[in-house]
Amino acid sequence: MILNINKQCGFFHLPNDNIVKTIGVAALLCLVCSVIVSGAATLLKPTQVANALLDKKNNILAVSGIDLTGKSVADAFSQIETKVIDMATGEFTDAVDPVTFDQRKASKDSDYRVELSGDQDVAQIGGRSKYASVYLVKEGDAVSKIILPIKGYGLWSTLYGFIALEGDANTVSGITFYEHKETPGLGGEIENKKWQASWDGKKIVDASGQPVIQLIKGTVSPETPRAEYKIDGLAGATLTSNGVTNLVQFWMGEDGFGPYLEKVRAKQSQASAMADKNTLEQG
Amino acid sequence: MASDARKALFEPLFSNNPIALQILGVCSALAVTSQLSVALIMCLALTSVTAFSNLSISLIRNHVPSSIRIIVQMTIIASLVIVVDQILKAYAFDVSKKLAVFVGLIITNCIVMGRAEAYAMKNGPWNSFLDGIGNGLGYSIILIIVGAVRELFGSGSLLGYQILSPVSEGGWYTPNGLMLLAPSAFIIIGLTIWAIRSFYPEQVEKPDYEMQNAHNAPAHGAPGGH
Repeated sequence: MILNINKQCGFFHLPNDNIVKTIGVAALLCLVCSVIVSGAATLLKPTQVANALLDKKNNILAVSGIDLTGKSVADAFSQIETKVIDMATGEFTDAVDPVTFDQRKASKDSDYRVELSGDQDVAQIGGRSKYASVYLVKEGDAVSKIILPIKGYGLWSTLYGFIALEGDANTVSGITFYEHKETPGLGGEIENKKWQASWDGKKIVDASGQPVIQLIKGTVSPETPRAEYKIDGLAGATLTSNGVTNLVQFWMGEDGFGPYLEKVRAKQSQASAMADKNTLEQG
Repeated sequence: MASDARKALFEPLFSNNPIALQILGVCSALAVTSQLSVALIMCLALTSVTAFSNLSISLIRNHVPSSIRIIVQMTIIASLVIVVDQILKAYAFDVSKKLAVFVGLIITNCIVMGRAEAYAMKNGPWNSFLDGIGNGLGYSIILIIVGAVRELFGSGSLLGYQILSPVSEGGWYTPNGLMLLAPSAFIIIGLTIWAIRSFYPEQVEKPDYEMQNAHNAPAHGAPGGH
């Protein structure tokens, strides 16, 4: 022990330019700094994860159109039902727990990842998870809104967002992007609430059943042919605009949520046919 | 000693302001000042990093081999910045998303490095700590001025509270879009420097060369003349 202290004192009494001292100081400094950095990272991790989760819920709520006044996020979120679907069949699945399922993680996990071939991969994401989260807002028994996670490549970065559809699974009722690194003021305008609001009421698929919704150059006026499938492009951000078109068409198409949305639409038309029949019989 | 401490703390505010006089740390002053609240958090982050990096570097200054002193300073600063970044992510998540990469870039902020090398390596821990706080506050003053002007005229609000009601919401004020872009910060910093230098004329730099009238030039006695 005494020897040790002597050695240490000896070490600190070495001239600063001594090679042993130089290496010793460097090593000690690295040790202390790494303990501080890893300590901070480990201790704060749970809070950070909770924040990220809260942020995700906030984004889902923002696009859901649920009135938030006077409610906590947790309260408001209880109106939303989280489900997981199998992308290939479009059916709900119990293979994973919907609450803990992390689609972003799963899309990188070889157990879940499905690679996309070049012509499938219009959103330039390389691959996607075979399961996907969907968030349903219900009024009574009927689903009033379907909220779907979307992502795809813009100009500089992958855009992450949510799109909300009305119960008919074809009319857009909201869109939001919560993570991207596009140029502020140009591509970054995908965050602009006014532009996001211009999506409301637009239709995804036309009579052919293919997703045709797209961003155009310039602005959409009522005279624009098929205006209900078109959205104002972002001025000065053609590549980001193309990226948004591609990612929405991908996720609404047959390799994305297409099979699921198709099922919802089929159910809807069946239900409305039933309702028509009922009114006829009553009338 | 007390006067040293006071000098370390207050001199950087106006008479030796790191941004206005030394023109250091301008990059982040452009990037994070479009909203006042974001600028405030950035000021807090930078001030604490400068203060604690000065403190820890001053504590070990007698044992830092001069051959590796810059990398030693960088390691300490980088560790502190990572800790600050982690704390922001945990307790100020929204702001940390807006600050994004700029918290990390405090590592390369010339003010932090400059104070470590110029002051903390030569002075005691307490004075160095005060010097760090002083320089952080000097940086903060400029950021707050720039942030307040940009947010007020760019979006008509301060700290998110609407002050000038914009046309888009039925008011009278047409927001000045330029204020939301980085170049406006250059203009505001320039005007601030002008104001500070009018008040402290000794800060005005001597021109690199002066135009002289050849005929009226004073005789130098040197052969050849002008």
